[in-house]
Amino acid sequence: MGAIDNAADVLAAESGEGGFWEDAYPVIPHPGELIVGIISFAILYFLYKRFVVPRLEAMLAERQRTIEGGIERAEAMQAEAKAALEQYRAQLAEARNEAAQIRDQARAEGQQILEELRVQAQEESARIVARGEEQIAAARQQVINELRGQVGGLAVELAGRVVGESLADEARRQGTVDRFLDQLDELAAGTPDGRSGSTVSGGTR
Amino acid sequence: MTTVVSAAEEFVPPSAPDFWQPLVGDGAFAITRSMIVMVLVTIGLAVVMMLATRRLSVVPGRGQYRLEGVYGLVRNSIGRDIIGSDHFRPYVPLLFTLFTLILLNNLMAIIPVVQFPTTSRISFPIAFALGVYVVYLVAGVRRRGLGGFLKNLVPSGLPFWVVPVVFILELVTFLITRPVTLALRLFGNMFAGHILLLLFAVGGEFLLLNGDGLLKLVSIPAFFMFFLFSAFEILIAFLQAYVFILLASVYIAEVYADDH
Repeated sequence: MGAIDNAADVLAAESGEGGFWEDAYPVIPHPGELIVGIISFAILYFLYKRFVVPRLEAMLAERQRTIEGGIERAEAMQAEAKAALEQYRAQLAEARNEAAQIRDQARAEGQQILEELRVQAQEESARIVARGEEQIAAARQQVINELRGQVGGLAVELAGRVVGESLADEARRQGTVDRFLDQLDELAAGTPDGRSGSTVSGGTR
Repeated sequence: MTTVVSAAEEFVPPSAPDFWQPLVGDGAFAITRSMIVMVLVTIGLAVVMMLATRRLSVVPGRGQYRLEGVYGLVRNSIGRDIIGSDHFRPYVPLLFTLFTLILLNNLMAIIPVVQFPTTSRISFPIAFALGVYVVYLVAGVRRRGLGGFLKNLVPSGLPFWVVPVVFILELVTFLITRPVTLALRLFGNMFAGHILLLLFAVGGEFLLLNGDGLLKLVSIPAFFMFFLFSAFEILIAFLQAYVFILLASVYIAEVYADDH
């Protein structure tokens, strides 16, 4: 027997029950340790259940919300941007349409104005021409009327001088003049326009 | 220990009594070293967790990022994926408590000064397993009622004469085997790991102090193995904490499995 064994025996004898726990199989639970273990475990479990895990879960939920919120916001913004783009496109198309319409209208109006002006101008020119013709006709009538008297006189006088005879008989003289004038009238009626008249006058010359 | 060598040269291999370390008093309610470690670990964990979660932000800082990593592992990789996304939420606190508490107690095996895994005392694995046991039994009975719970133990479509046998087997599995193995697995791993570390440490020391001549040099590989297995113990500490809540989740998940 060694000194150590003796010492151990003495120790075991002194501690009494402690000897059992020292030599007990390690699979036999020590009651004190078991109680401490259960209490420690229970306290920690309570703290975790009451505080630690709910806090972590709240944070995770918050994070998820934040991420989902961010995605939602981004989606909303994208939708909004898309809507705005659509709107702008629609507006642009409308504006283009309107511009084309205005252009068409303006063109039509211009055409109309042009047409009206042309008609007006034509009317005007027609009126001017008509008046000119009237004036010319009046002037010619006047000239004819004036000439009728003078030419008659001149012709009679010329004839009287050329022939040398005095036409005493008033009635006969009148008849010759009238006949002559009628011939002139017929001539004039055969060519009423100015050109023929000038030709007549040219022919007469 | 009847040997002829003198006491000074006798090598005492580490054994079960080395785990019995009463600090105050003696007997069944002595305050032991592992109790103190357990209490300190619990307090430390409670303080750290309460402070760490006091001000959580949506955009995590470095500390919160790590906390979320651990929490995410327990919550998503184990809780949600095994129990299912419909039912896992009430069990997250339990799983998270178990994982952090077991992991830290396991790691105490290699934390300097302490260097004693609390979980190598079977009382603590039993305490943890007891929590899981109560939770999955209560959840099972609450979901199906006692009759439905017992009925659900036996898969449908068995020949009638097999039913009693299967029922007994399943009942034993449910009531005894699962909680016992849950506790024993953790205890055994940590106990064996600590014995191994003790062996390398004590053996190396003995060789260095009492070895003859060149035998002193053998302490060098012994100490090397001590460091190697210390590193290995970190892995074991994580693995056992992980396995513990993994199995706890599997047991809880079975409550919600519609088919056996």
